Amino acid sequence: MTDHSSHDVVISAENLSRTFGDPTRGDGVVAVDRLTLEVGRGEVFGFLGHNGAGKTTTVRLLNGVLTPTGGRLHVLGYDPLEDGATLRRYTGVLTETPSLDEKLSAWENLTIYARLYRVPETDIEARVEALLEAFELDTRASEMVGGYSRGMKQRLALARTLLHDPPLIFLDEPTAGLDPVAARSVQDLIMRLSERGDHTIFLCTHNLTEAQRLCHRVGVMERGRLVAIGTPEELAHELWQGVRLEVELDGCDPDALSLPSEVHDVSWDGVEHSLSLWIPRREAIPDLVTSLVNAGCRVYRVAPQEPTLEDVYFALHGEADRSDGPVAEVTS
Amino acid sequence: MNQAVRPEKEHTIRWRTLRALALRDLKVVTRSKAMMLPMIIVPLIFIVALPAGVGFFAPQMAAAGEVEDLGNFLDMMPAPLQQTFAGYDDAQIIVVAMLEHFFAPMFLIIPLMVASTIAAGSFVGEKERKTLEALLYTPTTDTELFLGKLLASWIPAFVVGMGAFVLYALVVNLSAWRVMGGIFFPNAMWVALVVWLAPAAAGLGLGAIILVSSRVSTFQDAYQLGGLVVIPVLLLVFGQLAGVLYLNVVAVVLMGFFLWLVDAAILWVGIRTFKRSEIIARM
Repeated sequence: MTDHSSHDVVISAENLSRTFGDPTRGDGVVAVDRLTLEVGRGEVFGFLGHNGAGKTTTVRLLNGVLTPTGGRLHVLGYDPLEDGATLRRYTGVLTETPSLDEKLSAWENLTIYARLYRVPETDIEARVEALLEAFELDTRASEMVGGYSRGMKQRLALARTLLHDPPLIFLDEPTAGLDPVAARSVQDLIMRLSERGDHTIFLCTHNLTEAQRLCHRVGVMERGRLVAIGTPEELAHELWQGVRLEVELDGCDPDALSLPSEVHDVSWDGVEHSLSLWIPRREAIPDLVTSLVNAGCRVYRVAPQEPTLEDVYFALHGEADRSDGPVAEVTS
Repeated sequence: MNQAVRPEKEHTIRWRTLRALALRDLKVVTRSKAMMLPMIIVPLIFIVALPAGVGFFAPQMAAAGEVEDLGNFLDMMPAPLQQTFAGYDDAQIIVVAMLEHFFAPMFLIIPLMVASTIAAGSFVGEKERKTLEALLYTPTTDTELFLGKLLASWIPAFVVGMGAFVLYALVVNLSAWRVMGGIFFPNAMWVALVVWLAPAAAGLGLGAIILVSSRVSTFQDAYQLGGLVVIPVLLLVFGQLAGVLYLNVVAVVLMGFFLWLVDAAILWVGIRTFKRSEIIARM
């Protein structure tokens, strides 16, 4: 995978913080707590976290619509605090709710926003038509948006995000509430944008499958803190040493097996006839299989399991819940 | 990086952006029955129904002896107002007193109401409709957002005020044609009222909504609180009825001057306090 973080930095945040109210008096909350991260050009960066973890607040800070209470920030070379209006010419934001004018048609919604995003007047009609067609809304373009389904509204909001072809796109839960087909089409679109290489995508999501499929790197937020950042593989490597194996077998008593001492976390699924275990290194697999065969087992399948992003996510959140201390430095 | 483009300051204003913002709000408002109904019904009552009733039935009112009561009432009025009735018969006095003088302050309710209704929908209703966030992410400056919403409310109030004036002139002249024997309306005071005082009153309605907009979360709350701004107009109506106030050109120009100063102060405060970062922090 390309190392997107090392060159041509598009987003650079250093100890970025945002507090609401006064936490020292017990009536405030630290929404973003000393966030430090860099996102490179062309990268699809997944920003993961539970509801209320600080993802949306971070997007607001990165676009200069919310003032930070601490830290330094540069986005596309601009300081969002000072040059927010200029910066927003180059960013597109899909908000968590579609935020569409429901008493206007899809056509009106897009043409008005095209003017606000300063698309040249002569290009607006063609641009809006092309987006409506691309998002399969062209046949109902003149209808009031209030009559649209959730999926149609989300597609229209996404079309609005792309009106001015921004190089930096923020997508806040882009597939939330969509049916699987609609969600897949949105994900395919993100993938196509990513493949063009000239768009950087900052994807806030708690859909881990989506993040695994789309993102080059992910950052995991927990109560305003970035608890980990890296590729899913890097994070897994930091969290777990070794390989998890699924072994399908029968003809032997799993409880009576004498396995090599380095094997640990062994569990048996009697329904699937599947043994799950951890070994410290891949090279130990042949010896393990030999010991199983020698014990009289018939081995049908041995499958090393790469930890999923879901495994990583829950492991990180388990750690964060336990520590509640400073940021866990699981960074690449 | 995109540093080739010079950063814009938060007080930059582009007319194309203002037009887009204002047209957007206007389209949304004109498609909302809840907002349009009061803006249609109230002017119809003040501009058509009441004056037409007075114009048509002035002779009957005069014949019924109501002018005697009116005569006692007019005795309480300031001398300059009484002089304007010289040479009129009883029915004409009813028409001139009611349609030229006592209805004048009530006319101010129309631009005031139109401006405050649209502003409530624009500044507060947007929070309710959850459409504000996408707008805040556009490359508009805070000043453009504020002025766009301001114009979306003030321009219709001005246009409706002018239209209402033309309609009122038609209604009073036609309905009272039999009594007055020709065109008698408008006079100089009404022209000053419509072109100078009414737009300033619209600004006051707007200002009231802007001041309450950060403290309320629904259109109805904003509309009801902003409606308190009608109180000064009602004071004008009762002041005139009680004979302590007489609306002539000078009074209208002076009141307009005062209201424009208030409007300018609200505009100045509004531009400096309308910050997207504070708005979004409360969302």
